[in-house]
Amino acid sequence: MEPLREITAIAAPMLRDNVDTDAIIPSREMKSVSKTGLAAGLFAGWRYTTIGGREPDPAFVLNKAAYAGARILLGGANFGCGSSREHAVWALHEYGIRAIIAPSFAPIFASNCVRNGLAPVRLPVEAVASLARHVESDPQARRLTVDVARGEVRADGEGAALRHPFKLDAESRDMLLEGLDAIDLTLKHRADIDAFLAADRAARPWIYPDRTATDRST
Amino acid sequence: MTARSLFDKIWDPHVVRDLGDGLALLAIDRVFLHERTGSVALKSLAEAGRALADPSRVFCTMDHIVDTLPGRGDATRMPGGEAFILETRAAARAAGIRVFDVRDPQQGIVHVISPELGLVLPGATLVCPDSHTCTQGALGAFAWGIGSTEAEHALATGTLRIKRPRTMRISVEGQLAPGVTAKDLALFILARHGAAGGEGCAVEYAGEAVRALPMEGRLTLCNMATEFSAMTAVIAPDEVTFDYLRGRPHAPQGAAWHRAVEAWRGLVGDEGAVFDREIFIDAGEVSPMISWGTSPQHAVGIEGAVPTAETSGATPESHARALRYMGLEAGQALIGLPVTGAFIGSCTNSRLSDLRRAAAVLRGRKVAQGVRALCVPGSMSVKRAAEAEGLDKVFVEAGFEWRESGCSLCFFAGGESFGPRERVVSSTNRNFESRQGPETRTHIASPETVAASAIAGHIADPRRVVPGGAGAAVGAGAGAA
Repeated sequence: MEPLREITAIAAPMLRDNVDTDAIIPSREMKSVSKTGLAAGLFAGWRYTTIGGREPDPAFVLNKAAYAGARILLGGANFGCGSSREHAVWALHEYGIRAIIAPSFAPIFASNCVRNGLAPVRLPVEAVASLARHVESDPQARRLTVDVARGEVRADGEGAALRHPFKLDAESRDMLLEGLDAIDLTLKHRADIDAFLAADRAARPWIYPDRTATDRST
Repeated sequence: MTARSLFDKIWDPHVVRDLGDGLALLAIDRVFLHERTGSVALKSLAEAGRALADPSRVFCTMDHIVDTLPGRGDATRMPGGEAFILETRAAARAAGIRVFDVRDPQQGIVHVISPELGLVLPGATLVCPDSHTCTQGALGAFAWGIGSTEAEHALATGTLRIKRPRTMRISVEGQLAPGVTAKDLALFILARHGAAGGEGCAVEYAGEAVRALPMEGRLTLCNMATEFSAMTAVIAPDEVTFDYLRGRPHAPQGAAWHRAVEAWRGLVGDEGAVFDREIFIDAGEVSPMISWGTSPQHAVGIEGAVPTAETSGATPESHARALRYMGLEAGQALIGLPVTGAFIGSCTNSRLSDLRRAAAVLRGRKVAQGVRALCVPGSMSVKRAAEAEGLDKVFVEAGFEWRESGCSLCFFAGGESFGPRERVVSSTNRNFESRQGPETRTHIASPETVAASAIAGHIADPRRVVPGGAGAAVGAGAGAA
């Protein structure tokens, strides 16, 4: 996974609450068993003028020239709610988004973000609103910086003094900073896992199927 | 000794290693996959050259993309759907895991078949790359939805690295009135506390009204914890749970059963256990609920009206947007709103007791002209059991389509839909924009409300069709389901 230490980029406001993963990537846009080929389907229901079409709707924020090249989203509460589909995060990442700043996130979505090099930055609703006001007057010039290493969002540009600290749990921060493969990390504890299983088989034998004796369904 | 919650008693014995900062390496007892999101996890794992830690504790079903039309095979109405089914089947076979395949008599929606086959058990940890995995917490398991990357981790290591969630107890005291169901209770909690109300928490549902719910009602209640933005929900296992599980195909048998039940009886929170948050609900305040907007928190009592921005609990912008999408105005009554679609199914409300209560409303009646109505049983086992009671005839004679099991029109994947701007009453869990089809307007409610509305041709209160509630018409015990 590609590490994410710090990003300075154009930020696009999408402040509505409860943006769900069906909206981020409609089910009909998940066309193959793959983690790629999803960027074109990102926000498809809002981004294009017709269902299944590819003609950009000029009213949609990411289609506006001022937000061309945006890599940060400013979102509303409960961002990423709904379906667990990781395709939502894969689509955002493939499109170029590297950080989402919002008052709250759906838990599965936030977890999917840190596993794919995308920072879910939680800030109070007033802070998100003030960042949105700041960028709106000149999005291309007034870029935001999300500094994962320092746990801080900063606003660039003339006269800017916006600086908002944020917290990520240590595991999420390390995953983003180091681009670590969690499976490799865990397999270092193989001895612990084996010891756990040996004890647990004795304590809770019903958890461990004896296929010949109990699986009468096959 | 400090008082421990039910959640503590499930979590603690699963800690393989404390990783510091509240993070644990947690043992995962069961992994469930489906063809929509499990396929990509299996494929990615195989490409990385990694093996499954224990295939005997991994299961896979075909529910999300598979057609539900009679006579179905691998081909799907959803463009490209067959590739998902074929690739999932091949990957699952290569991995050596049990697949509840398209033609398997035990095929069905993951959160319906896992409990009915006794695959989820009290005190167990279970994950699935599907947000509604929280459903299965109804049996006293710690079950939650994850992404595909985390699923790969669970498959490869039999563990997850996970931060201990905050806890919340929702105590529902008193009794639900006749004709008020677990679905109504779930929508009531969402309307009162918002779709982000349970953010990241492990919720324990407790109280008299929860203990009084039959198992299928508990599954419905826990199902919508993800709509509440909770990590999961759990209900302490009791005699209802044990009676439900006894004799299920994968539940322990004989001496192992007795030993397991003895252990499961300890899965109850201690007096004085502390939660990060507590919510109290008076069950007597709950009436049949229906959604009016595009978030599950946009719900009101069925006798109510579309709220104004001020009373909606939504921001003015999202209130206005929801009304525009739904084609409604503030102050408009819900009852009487014409509908053209009715859907009974989904992991929320597609079990035998759901179908019985809907059938009690439909018996001897006809779906109104111009309403397209479908019933999609949650599993092939549910379908067979319903047919053995003649419920299929009730649905078909009323004018409902009677389908094979699967997720079906709970969501639109490019195949079947109800059509743009069509108004649908649905026993599902999500009324998001375009969830059931581009521009389709979804109102979520209980199966009996869907049935009553299908007959009336407009949103209708089922208590007026079957006085005393549909449960009263199908015998004691089902009334609070």
